[in-house]
Amino acid sequence: MTFELTVNDKTHIVDAEAETPLLYVLRGELGLNGPKYGCGLGQCGACTVQLGGKAVYSCLTPLITVGEREVRTVEGLGGVDSMNPLQQAFADEQAAQCGYCIAGMIMRAQALLDENPHPTEAEIRSHMQPNLCRCGTHMRILRAIRRVAAVPAGAAA
Amino acid sequence: MLAAMAAGVLALGLTWRPTISAIDRPQAGSFPAAQVNQGAILAKLGDCAVCHTATGGRALAGGRPLATPFGTLFASNITPDAETGIGNWSYEAFRRAMRDGVSRTGSHLYPALPYDHYTHVTEGDLQAIYAYLMTRRPVHAPKPDNKLIFPLGFRPLLAGWKFLYLRHGDVPYDSGQSARYNRGAYLAEGLGHCGGCHTPRNLMGAEVASKAYAGGIAEGWRAPPLNAENPAARKWTADSLYTFLRTGVSPDHSAAGGPMGPVVESLSSVPEEEVRALSVYFAAKMGKAAPAKAEAEPVDRPAEAVAAFPEGARIFAGACAGCHGPGAPMMSQGRPALGLSTDLTDSEPTSAIQAVLQGIEPPVEGRGPKMPAFAPSLTDGQVAAVLGYVRTRYTHKPAWNHLEHDVRQARKEGGQP
Amino acid sequence: MNAPVLDRRKVLSGGALVVAFAMTSRLLGDAVGGGEGGAGPKVVRPDLEGSLKTDPWLDAWIRIDAEGQATVCSGKAELGQGIRTALLQVVAEELDMPPAAITFITADTGRTPDEGLTAGSHSMQDSGTALANAGANVRMLLIGAAAKRLGIPVRELDTTGDGHIAARDGRRVSYGEAARALSLHVEAVADAPRRSPQSYRTMNRDFRRVDIPAKLTGGEAYVQDMRLPGMVHARVVRGPSYGTRLTAPDIAAARKMPGVLRIIQNGQFLAIVARKEWQAIQAMRVAQTSDYVKTGPDLPGEQGPRRLQSLASREIIVEQSDDGPKASTRTFKGSFSRPWYSHGSIGPSCAVAHLHGGELTIWSHSQGVFDMHRATAELVGLAPDKVRVIHTPSAGCYGHNGADDATAEAGLIAMQLPGVPVRLQWMREQEFGWEPCGCGMVTQIEASIGPDNKIAHWKYEVWSNSHNNRAVGAGGYAVAQEIVPGFPMQVPAPIPMPEGDGDRNANPLYVFNNMDIRYHFVPEMPMRVSALRSLGAHLNIFTMEAALDELAKAGGVDPLAFRLAHMQDERARAVMLRATDAFGWSKRLRGDGRRGCGMAFARYKNRGAYCAIALEIEIERETGAITIHRVNAAVDAGQPANPNGIRNQIEGGIIQSLSWAIHEDMTYDTSKRTGFDWGTYPILRFDQVPGSIDVDIVESAGLPFLGAGEAAQGPTSAALANAIADAAGVRLCDMPLTPAKVKAAIGNAG
Ligand code: FES
Ligand code: FES
Repeated sequence: MTFELTVNDKTHIVDAEAETPLLYVLRGELGLNGPKYGCGLGQCGACTVQLGGKAVYSCLTPLITVGEREVRTVEGLGGVDSMNPLQQAFADEQAAQCGYCIAGMIMRAQALLDENPHPTEAEIRSHMQPNLCRCGTHMRILRAIRRVAAVPAGAAA
Repeated sequence: MLAAMAAGVLALGLTWRPTISAIDRPQAGSFPAAQVNQGAILAKLGDCAVCHTATGGRALAGGRPLATPFGTLFASNITPDAETGIGNWSYEAFRRAMRDGVSRTGSHLYPALPYDHYTHVTEGDLQAIYAYLMTRRPVHAPKPDNKLIFPLGFRPLLAGWKFLYLRHGDVPYDSGQSARYNRGAYLAEGLGHCGGCHTPRNLMGAEVASKAYAGGIAEGWRAPPLNAENPAARKWTADSLYTFLRTGVSPDHSAAGGPMGPVVESLSSVPEEEVRALSVYFAAKMGKAAPAKAEAEPVDRPAEAVAAFPEGARIFAGACAGCHGPGAPMMSQGRPALGLSTDLTDSEPTSAIQAVLQGIEPPVEGRGPKMPAFAPSLTDGQVAAVLGYVRTRYTHKPAWNHLEHDVRQARKEGGQP
Repeated sequence: MNAPVLDRRKVLSGGALVVAFAMTSRLLGDAVGGGEGGAGPKVVRPDLEGSLKTDPWLDAWIRIDAEGQATVCSGKAELGQGIRTALLQVVAEELDMPPAAITFITADTGRTPDEGLTAGSHSMQDSGTALANAGANVRMLLIGAAAKRLGIPVRELDTTGDGHIAARDGRRVSYGEAARALSLHVEAVADAPRRSPQSYRTMNRDFRRVDIPAKLTGGEAYVQDMRLPGMVHARVVRGPSYGTRLTAPDIAAARKMPGVLRIIQNGQFLAIVARKEWQAIQAMRVAQTSDYVKTGPDLPGEQGPRRLQSLASREIIVEQSDDGPKASTRTFKGSFSRPWYSHGSIGPSCAVAHLHGGELTIWSHSQGVFDMHRATAELVGLAPDKVRVIHTPSAGCYGHNGADDATAEAGLIAMQLPGVPVRLQWMREQEFGWEPCGCGMVTQIEASIGPDNKIAHWKYEVWSNSHNNRAVGAGGYAVAQEIVPGFPMQVPAPIPMPEGDGDRNANPLYVFNNMDIRYHFVPEMPMRVSALRSLGAHLNIFTMEAALDELAKAGGVDPLAFRLAHMQDERARAVMLRATDAFGWSKRLRGDGRRGCGMAFARYKNRGAYCAIALEIEIERETGAITIHRVNAAVDAGQPANPNGIRNQIEGGIIQSLSWAIHEDMTYDTSKRTGFDWGTYPILRFDQVPGSIDVDIVESAGLPFLGAGEAAQGPTSAALANAIADAAGVRLCDMPLTPAKVKAAIGNAG
C-alpha cells in the first residue's frame, strides 16, 4: 500500500504494509537514522519521534495511524552545522556516552519544551521518565534540557 | 440531592459534634512493638498510605489530590505532627474519625475517608493502627484547601449524608463459612473497603447497598463486579485471586491496572494469610453462579475481527501484537492472553480504554507487566477501532457501542493529552 | 567503511621478531590486549610501553603522507566511552599536530594493530600509551629529517603544533616534506622524548568528542545504521532464553510471510531472511509460535547466587600474609552477594555481514574483533585471513553482551547468501534471554580490629564463575551448540591476578595484618555469564568497604579516618580526601534514621584509576524507598587526556552502579530466564537519579594513563550500602537493595 507521509516538513510517498510501525518506515524507507530500535515494546523511548507535536514511540505507531499528522525526527531539528538550541545544548554539555538513547531523549525533551518552554526540574524529570539511558548520561541530559528551559540547576520543585 | 441532604440535616436536628481535647503527642515507647507491627499491617490493608501520600511527598503526610464528582479533596496529614497532622489526637478522637467521620475538632469529614467501611473495624485493630500512626515520625505538612462545588464545602451537610448512609456495627460472622472466609469478609468490608471501588455509587456518592460488588468506577477506571456477574473468561479461584492480589497479574486473567496497582502494592507485603483470606472471600462471592469455566480456552477469532474492524486489525498488528500476538515474548513467558482479560469481557469498555490510553505500570517494586500509554499516538477513533477489533477477536461478547465517544470522554476525564 | 585492506598481517608474518619473541611470558601478554583473557596478541618487545610491546612497528600505528596528513590506527574501539576522541588527543599531542589533520582508524582486523579486547579499562593504558610513544617516535623522526634537510642540529628545531618543524632562524619544514624523506616502517624506540605536560596543546583539554555531533543529528553513527546496496534483514528464531529450544517452530508459515527470502536452518539454528526489517520480524514471530523445552543447565533455583557455594570449585589463593598473632577486640562477620545482571544495552546486538569473492566481511560492535575474526573463521569454515571484522559502534555494551553472538550468527547467515549483505539484529527479548549475564557472586568476610583500631585479621572468600567467557574459538558462541556439526563449549577459565576476574580487587590496597584471601572459582555455570563492567571488583569492593565501615563503627572511628589509617598509597589518600572535602564529610549530617551519608574507595584492580565516592541519601521509612540527594566523586586516572571525558565516564559509572545496587536482578524460573523486557528487568529511570553528581579530577600530570570506565562501579554501590547503614542502622548484604529489603530491615519503628 502507498501512503503519503510528512516527515520533517517534506512529503514522501512510501510503499509499505499498513501496519508497519513508523520506526521501520523512517529507517528502512526514508533512510533516517534518528529513531532507534531499542525494545519495540514502548518501554525505552529510543525510537521516540514527534507526531503531531507529541512525543510518541515510533516502534508502536502503525503507519496507518499517522494520517495527516506531521512526523518530526531528530534530523528535522537540525544537522551537524545547524543544530537547534536543544541539540546545541546536548553538544555543549557533551550529553552522550554511547548516544544510542540520545536522539529519543532529544525528541521527548523537545516535545516538552514546545509545549512548556520553562518547565521546572520536577516537570523535566517526570516528563523524561519513559526514556531509558543505560550509560548513565542522565545528569548531562537534564543539564542540557535545563539550559534550554533556563531552569537553574538544583531548582528541584 | 441538596433537598435530600437538607432533609437529613433537619431530621437529625443535630449536626454539631464536640471538640475532643488536644493531647500531648504520646511517647512512641508507650506502644508495644507488637501492636505497632500489627498496626503497620492493618494500615497496609486499609491502604492508608495510598491516599495519604502525595506523589514525591513523605509517606502519610497527606496532600494527595482526590478528584471526585463533587470537586477536589486533598488527603490530610496523618503523621503525628501536632500542628499539621494528628499528633495531638487522642485515641478517642482517632476512633471517632474512623467510625463516625468526625475530626478531632468536631467537624464532619468527607466520606472520601471510607469511614462507612472503617466503622466496622474492631476496637483492637483501631488501637493498633493508632499505635502505628502515632509512632511515625512527625512531618510538618499543612494540607492544601479542598476545592469543592458550592455548597458542598459546608460540612454540616455531611451529617445528613451520614444519617442516610453510615451504618455502624460489626461485619456479621457467617458460621456456615470457614474462618478464613470470615476473616476475608472482615478485611474486605472493613479496612479493605473494597466496595469503595467495586460497588456502584448513587448520586450522593454513597455505595448502593443493594448492588454490593456489582462493579464501580475508580479514577476513571472500572472496578469490575466481584459478585456472580464477574465477567472473567476463566473462573477466578482463591489461588488465582491470591496470585493476582499479591503480584498484580494472574496468568489466567489479566494484569492490575489503574488504581488497583497501589492496592496490589500494599497487599504484596502483608502476611500471606490475610491475602489468602481476601481471596477465599471473593472467590466465594464470584463463584456462586460463575458462568466461566476454570480452564476455558481463550477465544481467538481473527477472521471475524478483521472483517468487522479492518483498520483495527492493522493497528493491532503494528501496535499491540509485539506483546499480545502469537509468538510475542510476553506470550512465551506465560502472560495472560487477551482472550482472558476481564477488561475485554466486561460489559463496559472503560478499563480497556484506560489501559490503552494510560498504559499499565508494574505495581510491585516497578517489576512486572508494563504497557506503554497510547494516548499521545492514537486518536480516539483509532483507539476505538483497535478496541472494537480486540473485543471481537478475543471475546464472544457483543460489540461495545459508542466506543469512540467513550474514548473521548475517558481522555477528557483522565486529563490525557 | 569499505576502505581497501592494507594487509598488516603480511607485513608481519614470518618476521623474525615474531618468531624470536613468541616465547615471551604470558603474564606480560595479559598486561596488554585488554587484560581480560581472549587470545590476545603476543608480546614481542617487552621493553616498550603499552601495545607497542606487541606491535612495535611505527607504520602500524602512524602514517604521514606527502601533504602532511596523518593516518593513525588503533586496535581499540569506540564503545561510547569516548575513547576515539581521547586517543586522538593523545596522538595529536605527541605528533604535535592538529587533530583535524588526522584520519583515525579503529579496530579493524584488516587495517589496525591487534590490540586484543577493548575492555578492562585498558584502552588508555594499552593504546593511549602506544600512540603517545609512537607519536613521540614519529615526531622525533620528523624533527630528525628536518634537521638533515636544513643541515642544523636537532636541538635547534621544534615542532609548532600546526604540522611544521621550525628552526630558531625562522626556517620551517612541513611534516609532509619531512615525511617524504622518511620510512616509518621501523620499530619504536623506548626513549623518544614525550611532550611535556606544561606545553600540552591538545591533551588535558575538554576537547569535544568527535563522535557526538552525528549522534545528536541522526548521522550514520552505528552499525544499526549501515545500509549496503542490496542489503537484506535477518532475524534469528529461538526459545525464550539460553538453555531452551523451540520444539516445533512454524517454518512453513514463516516461509509464506511477505518479503521472506530465505529460511536458514542448521541443526537447531534457525534464521529468517527478508527484504525488509519489519517483514523479518513478522516472519520471526510466526515461526516462534511454538512450545519450547529446556536443554541447558539447571538454573540457580531459590538459593540464588548462594547456589554457587554448593557447586564444585577450585580454590585459588589470592593473598596470604602472616604478621604474627594480633589481639583482636572487635570482629565483623558477614556474607554478601549480588545477583546476575543483564548488560542491558539499550540497542540490541546487531551485525552486518557480507560474503564477497570468498571473503567474509563483518561489521560488528564486539569488544574483541581480533579474537572474533579467528573464532568466526573457525565457525563458518573459512581461513582466518578470509574473514575481516571491522568494529562499528553501537549502543554501549558494558562488557561481553550479545554482540559477539550476533556477529557470528550474521556470519553464518551471510555464508548462505554469497554476494548479499545481511543485517542481523537481535530482538530486545533475545538480548535479555541469550546474552551472557554479569556473574552472580557471593563473598564471605571475617575481620577484626585490635586495641589500636587497626585490622588484625582479614579472612576473605569469594565464589564466582569465570567472568571471561569471550569466544577465542568457535565453541565460545551460543550458536556453536545449535548447529551441526557443533563445536564443544569453550572451557571456562579464570583470569589470573593481578587483573583477576571473580577475585578482581579482592586483594586490598589497604594495609591489613594477617590476610587470608581465597577465590573459589566455580566452573559450572547455572546461568550463561561473561564479562560485565568491573567484573568481580563490584562485589569485592562492596564487601571490603562494608567491612571497613562496620569495623570503624565498632572501633568508634570515623570511616574516613579509619580508611586513611590503613592506606599508605598517597594517591589513594589524596582521592579520598578530595572527594570527602568536596562533599563536606566532616560537617555531614549524621544518620538520623532517615538521612545518612556513606563513602567508599577503590583503586580499580589496584593498578587502574583511583576513585572515591561520598553520597547522601534519604530513606522513606514506610516504604524503604531511597532518594539519593547528592554524590561527590574524586578520581585519579593518571594523566588525563580529556578531563570531561573522564567525568562523563565516572558520572555514568555512578548511575549504572546505583541501578545495579538498587534495582537490578536477572530473574528466572526452573527452565528459563524470566527477565525479558524493561518491565521484568527494570533499571534506574529519571525519577531515581541523584539530585546532583559532582566529579573532581585529581590530575596526575605526566603519570601513566589509567582508564576510568570501571573505576566508579565498586565504590558507588559500596558507598550506597554504607549510607543506608548510616541512615537506618541496618547493614544490607544482598543486592539488589530494593525498597522491600530496606523496609524489612528497618522494620516498623518510626
Ligand atoms: S524502541 Fe520504541 S520504546 Fe523502545
Ligand atoms: S548514552 Fe548510551 S544509552 Fe544513553
